[in-house]
Amino acid sequence: MSILDKHATLERNATLLLVGSLLVVSIGGIVEIAPLFYLENTIEKVEGMRPYSPLELAGRDIYVREGCYVCHSQMIRPFRDEVERYGHYSLAAESMYDHPFQWGSKRTGPDLARVGDRYSNEWHVQHMIEPRSVVPESVMPSYAFLKSTPLDLRTVAGQLKANRAVGVPYTDEMIENATADIKAQADPNADTSGVEARYPKAKLGDFDGDPQKLTEMDALVAYLQMLGTLVDFSTYDDTTGYR
Amino acid sequence: MADKHVDEISGVETTGHEWDGIRELNNPMPRWWVYTFYATIVWAVGYMIVYPAVPLLTDATKGVIGYSSRGELSVELADAKAAQAGNLEKIAASSLDQIIADPQLHQFAVAAGASAFKVNCAQCHGSGAAGSAGFPNLNDDDWLWGGKPEEIYQTVAHGIRYAGDDETRVSEMPSFTEILKPEEIKQTAAYVVSLTGTPSNAALVEPGKALFEANCASCHGADAKGNREFGAPDLADALWLNGSSEQAIIAQMKAPKHGVMPAWLPRLGDTTVKQLAVFVHSLGGGE
Repeated sequence: MSILDKHATLERNATLLLVGSLLVVSIGGIVEIAPLFYLENTIEKVEGMRPYSPLELAGRDIYVREGCYVCHSQMIRPFRDEVERYGHYSLAAESMYDHPFQWGSKRTGPDLARVGDRYSNEWHVQHMIEPRSVVPESVMPSYAFLKSTPLDLRTVAGQLKANRAVGVPYTDEMIENATADIKAQADPNADTSGVEARYPKAKLGDFDGDPQKLTEMDALVAYLQMLGTLVDFSTYDDTTGYR
Repeated sequence: MADKHVDEISGVETTGHEWDGIRELNNPMPRWWVYTFYATIVWAVGYMIVYPAVPLLTDATKGVIGYSSRGELSVELADAKAAQAGNLEKIAASSLDQIIADPQLHQFAVAAGASAFKVNCAQCHGSGAAGSAGFPNLNDDDWLWGGKPEEIYQTVAHGIRYAGDDETRVSEMPSFTEILKPEEIKQTAAYVVSLTGTPSNAALVEPGKALFEANCASCHGADAKGNREFGAPDLADALWLNGSSEQAIIAQMKAPKHGVMPAWLPRLGDTTVKQLAVFVHSLGGGE
């Protein structure tokens, strides 16, 4: 019996064909995907990366909820035009605490991987309320309602726990202090030593122009202002990440 | 296949399948197609040898030509820099005044500064540098912090009220809600408006002038022409950052806006900041 005849058996048996196809596709998938989990150079070794602070994480959730990724990518590719416009190309290490990552696949608006520290908080708030008041050619919709929507604080600790379950190294201390930290980071009069110790380089103070209220705008601007600012590139050797 | 069946009309063997008496001819693939297919297999093998491909235990094979997209980028960036090397080195080594005095270097710096401006500054100051409410116009000669090349350099390099820079420019107009009565704020605003326009009630101007001298003159000057030491705007000209109406002035006195500009030196480096300073200086208001 030649191998072609055996193939005829496969073709005539739908279940067998399904199992066989699954097997072949799995082998292809495993060969392509599995090495990324054990190869040492998949995620670059960098200094400065830390999990998101509770306020940044809440802002990130709003970013995902509002579908910002539909128009904005967070992935500076290693091309000259992108590097000269946006800054150092994105490293895998920079999205290692992202679940899910926000690389995106389309740029109707600019890439946001390094938007942190580029503009003032006031600019972000004004731009979110009325994008065309600062960028006349913009087609971005208005997100003014974020400034009048109080930030939901009930789920803060739960968000950290959920992220820990998928591998983000949040400590018990971080989870215990989550609600206190989220309030302190956006309060210009609060004692922020805890936030600073747990989340180095976190941006502090009022973000949305109203120190009295903790709004979704505070969270989103806090998130945008830290994007791409964590990795210390002075201690990172580009040549170790060549691939 | 056991029962070979040859189609009578064409004389071509069939596949052996039959559906209601209909059989399928088993013509061979065109030869060009088959050879192209074999060629792609050979190409794939060659590609795996030449380029990074096969994952091993700790690393993937590097490929014989040692290609990497990130490595290629660094070469490309170095080439681009080398193409401008003469000018970039001269800018790095020259003072701002020297750059402006050298027509050829000045032209290069203005062009490079204009392109850096469009990428980094246009979002706030506008693509034509005309600014908008709260974000200063850079085309006029009404400077908050100074319009000399080195003053512009200082502002671009270290920013304004930027928390991450020790040398940033800082000043903070206080809120006058607690200091003055609502009536007095109105009188002061009327006086400020009277400097360049017509106040809503001329009777408020006289008491407003005295209040201005007592409360505002220390920063904005007795003549209200401002003070660049504190970034205090000139109130005696027709150019306004946050609105010229009496309402806007009252709002600013009650809850002053403190504009923030990031420090660009860490992000862009000295040469680009110099180019930006020269470009902004060239816009028309440079001193």
